[in-house]
Amino acid sequence: MLLVPCPNCGPRNSADLRYGGESHARPDPATASPLQWRGYLYLRDNPADWLRETWYCRSGCRRWFTLERNTATNEFRDPPLPGDKRGGKA
Amino acid sequence: MTMSRLGSQPTEVIDRSTTLRFRWNGKRFRGFEGDTIASALAAAGEHVFSRSMKYHRPRGMLTADFWDPNLLVQVGDDPNVRAGHRLLESGMDVHPQNVWPSLRHDIKAANGLVARFLTAGFYYKTFMRPQKLWPTYERVLATFAPGGKVDLDTPHRYHDKRYVHPDVVVAGAGPAGIEAALAAAAAGARVILVEHEHAVGGHLRYSSAESARTALSELRAALDASDVEVLTDSTVTGRYEDNWLGIVQRNHPIAVERLIKARAKVLVVAPGLIERPFVFAGNDRPGVITSGAVRRLINLWGVKPGERAVVFSANSEGDAAAADLDRVGVEVAAVIDGREGRRVSAAQGPPKALEAVVAGGTRTDADLLVVAAGWTAPTSLLNMAGDRPVYDPDAARFFPSDPPSNVLATGGLAGDGSLDELRAHGAATGRLAAQRASAVAHRLQARTARALEVTGDEPDWAADERTPLGRSPHPELYRSDTHGMIDLSEDVGSKDLVAAAREGYDSVELAKRYTTATMGSAQGKLETVNTVAAIAEARGETIAQVGTTVWRPPYAPLTLGALAGRVFEPVRVSSIHPWHEANGVHTILAGQWIRPDHYGDPAAEVRNVRTNVGLIDVTPLGKLDLRGPDIPNLLNLLYTNKWSKLPVGKVRYGMMCAEDGVVLDDGVTGRLGEDHYLMTTTSSGAASVWEWVENWLQTERPDWRVHVTPVTTAYTSINVAGPKSRELVSRVTTGVDLSPEAFAYMEVRTATVAGVAGCFMWRIGFTCELSFEIHVPAGHGLHVWEALMEAGADLGVGPFGLEGQRIMRLEKGHFIVGQDTDGLTLGPSTGLSPLIKLDKDDFAGMPELAWAADRQLPMIVAIQPDDPGVVPEEAAQIVRGDTNEILGRITSSRMSPTLGRSICLGQVEPELAAGGTKLTVLLTSGQRISATVIDHHAHFDPDGERLRG
Repeated sequence: MLLVPCPNCGPRNSADLRYGGESHARPDPATASPLQWRGYLYLRDNPADWLRETWYCRSGCRRWFTLERNTATNEFRDPPLPGDKRGGKA
Repeated sequence: MTMSRLGSQPTEVIDRSTTLRFRWNGKRFRGFEGDTIASALAAAGEHVFSRSMKYHRPRGMLTADFWDPNLLVQVGDDPNVRAGHRLLESGMDVHPQNVWPSLRHDIKAANGLVARFLTAGFYYKTFMRPQKLWPTYERVLATFAPGGKVDLDTPHRYHDKRYVHPDVVVAGAGPAGIEAALAAAAAGARVILVEHEHAVGGHLRYSSAESARTALSELRAALDASDVEVLTDSTVTGRYEDNWLGIVQRNHPIAVERLIKARAKVLVVAPGLIERPFVFAGNDRPGVITSGAVRRLINLWGVKPGERAVVFSANSEGDAAAADLDRVGVEVAAVIDGREGRRVSAAQGPPKALEAVVAGGTRTDADLLVVAAGWTAPTSLLNMAGDRPVYDPDAARFFPSDPPSNVLATGGLAGDGSLDELRAHGAATGRLAAQRASAVAHRLQARTARALEVTGDEPDWAADERTPLGRSPHPELYRSDTHGMIDLSEDVGSKDLVAAAREGYDSVELAKRYTTATMGSAQGKLETVNTVAAIAEARGETIAQVGTTVWRPPYAPLTLGALAGRVFEPVRVSSIHPWHEANGVHTILAGQWIRPDHYGDPAAEVRNVRTNVGLIDVTPLGKLDLRGPDIPNLLNLLYTNKWSKLPVGKVRYGMMCAEDGVVLDDGVTGRLGEDHYLMTTTSSGAASVWEWVENWLQTERPDWRVHVTPVTTAYTSINVAGPKSRELVSRVTTGVDLSPEAFAYMEVRTATVAGVAGCFMWRIGFTCELSFEIHVPAGHGLHVWEALMEAGADLGVGPFGLEGQRIMRLEKGHFIVGQDTDGLTLGPSTGLSPLIKLDKDDFAGMPELAWAADRQLPMIVAIQPDDPGVVPEEAAQIVRGDTNEILGRITSSRMSPTLGRSICLGQVEPELAAGGTKLTVLLTSGQRISATVIDHHAHFDPDGERLRG
């Protein structure tokens, strides 16, 4: 089981967190075309590379946070600063 | 072959002063404390233990350990017990498996006569057509399936789980593994040493050499004096991401098995080597045995394995077996030296015994053929860590290539050497493991911003400066000039693999599945490399070119009990639960909650609510306390309707949709004060809606000032429902005017109930009766419930459960999210389009709902079967006429005690949604019934007069 470095609680079993998936910006609902909106809903890049993704520390600090993970090696690297909005693709 | 007990051996593990009595195949036997089931039987002269899977050939002892494919037995109600490993206990009732009608006379042995029809892939070829006969084939084949008998009346036994976070786990307690554990512990690491066998020592345990015995007592003494935690009769079954390890402990004093989940900073893999059988004609005959098995029989259990032996030896272990045999008086008739290019070609004799061995054209009489043909490197844990071991033809086995830096190999897996060299390599590995473990610990801690303080610099990532072990040359011995059995657990021969390759199944992964080689009880430990070698031979390639199958977890089998084991999921009950239990409750498990389903007669509970007044415990209802000035913004964003103008003291119903427009949850939210709201969710959505709210506040709107506190369990929630509910509530409530003028439907008040201050009370209900939902500080929940019960005795108050509530909400036509909706139900399908305010700036799912507004969607409708006595099953399909074209389904159905007829909710295609539409419902019995869509969702009191009263 993957160890996920929660910025508040430290390394945690991934089962202690909810995986929020690939981080992606929410389009402006007033102007989004169906294509853009459904891209936001369903389309993911899924690279074999560094990926920015969100996690929710549901058994610990209850914070949603963003991390970068190399999907080929499962290495994590430092997340963007806390308080950042869930951003667009890195 | 006749075995018998030898005189006392210096290395033996049996206690000859303790005799154990047991039964085998209905007859009485005796063994000693320390015997395995198999060693006791062997000492008593038994030499056939099972019948093979397909051909039902008699099978003797092959490896005399956990992996022996011929030693699966039934012990009492415990099937598939490994008799080569399981220690003998007094009173055991042991039976052979896979024999019919008996071990001696096996009718299915006739399969051997039709062996040419049972070759590679025979399941696929033989039983494919005609397809309609498959159920018959299946029944017949099931009686041929190997394995023991499962007793469905077996009592539940306790399995346990344990979680540990050691620095270093060492898998395998041979000399190198023990040294690694000792060295790591000496360097300050917390170490767990895991040994598959019943005692530590590896091959030293069954070596009669003086030097080995000295080394073993040294190592044992050092272990005893160390802080290493030693787990014997335990196996590391799997290695997962970040060294998450599964360890099954079979010798726990209380639990049948204990599954240990260990997060190791460094894993040391030291399983040693597994002796590989050799393929030749008759190699599965009783009397053909590995050299390791012979040495264990003699040295551990004092069992004489035969009278006259031929030894086929290609290494020093085979030579040692020959020496052991000679020492204990077994005549060694011939030694066939594999290093000189000699091969054994055939083992001959009557079905159940060995009579003679043929090698190089010479036939030698013997009742025992000892085979030492080489080794299989059990690299499983390395494979699971991502390593791809590489074959070395000069050493005739696989070696690790490039495991991740937190996984280290030592011992025979890593190379060959003298005992001193192996021990030195183990110790160096242990030191390296401890160094790396401290670096891992520092790294993990350094990722923690606030939880723990990190002190000092990160230790250097220690370089691997171990002196590598050498590799002893070994002849490549896989198959002789004859064909034989490769996988004894699955009865797959070398001819089958040649046939599979000829038919095009010439990759190992395909051939494995086509022939089932390596898929039996030995799980490849004995037969994988021979399988690869046979395919390589058929393809005219080398083993390195063919490559192996991927070793996957578990390394050794564990029971489903160990995996299911002890459950750590909490169970929740409300504070009123003791009252429910004292009053004949029938409970239902809803998520983690144990809830009252009914108290014996749900229909009577419904009638009482409709006539008098009832109480239901709705504590699991999700409750979020919201505070802050931006709450209206939050509610506008999460719910589809508008919340900007909700006055203090009012509650409102809302529906939440996900970003794809699908219904997510619903509930009411009330405004308790200027900046203070209480949001309720469905019981099942309590946790997920909280996460949903936090997600929006933390990631999309971090500038909003809203504080969310989950208070689901901080309040006990009681709904008081029925025409007499106002009368009942007024008797125990102070501080609130309960008259309909002062406290109207969909309003909220803070009240003192039965002397308990700070109760939230709101006039809503799911039952379509006048009702008051009271949220009581949890510590006083039981008191308030009892006070209501007592105060309402003369009003006919009674409890009702979830079933009664479900009936009443169905009478009213309220849908339940997740019951009447599914993962495709868009907001408008619920019939609540007026609550979807597309003129708001934004809310979750708004674009999808805007696009959906122009589309015809499936709709939730209320349905009444034309025959009022028929209740269609939930999930019964709505079809077009006599066809099977599906037009919808029944999502909820009950017999209504109030209306005396069956009532339903269902989802139907848009063209069937209008009131009065006739439907055909296909019941699971195959019967079709007619039903009618009614004009509105409510089967009962559509105008809500009772509710507002």
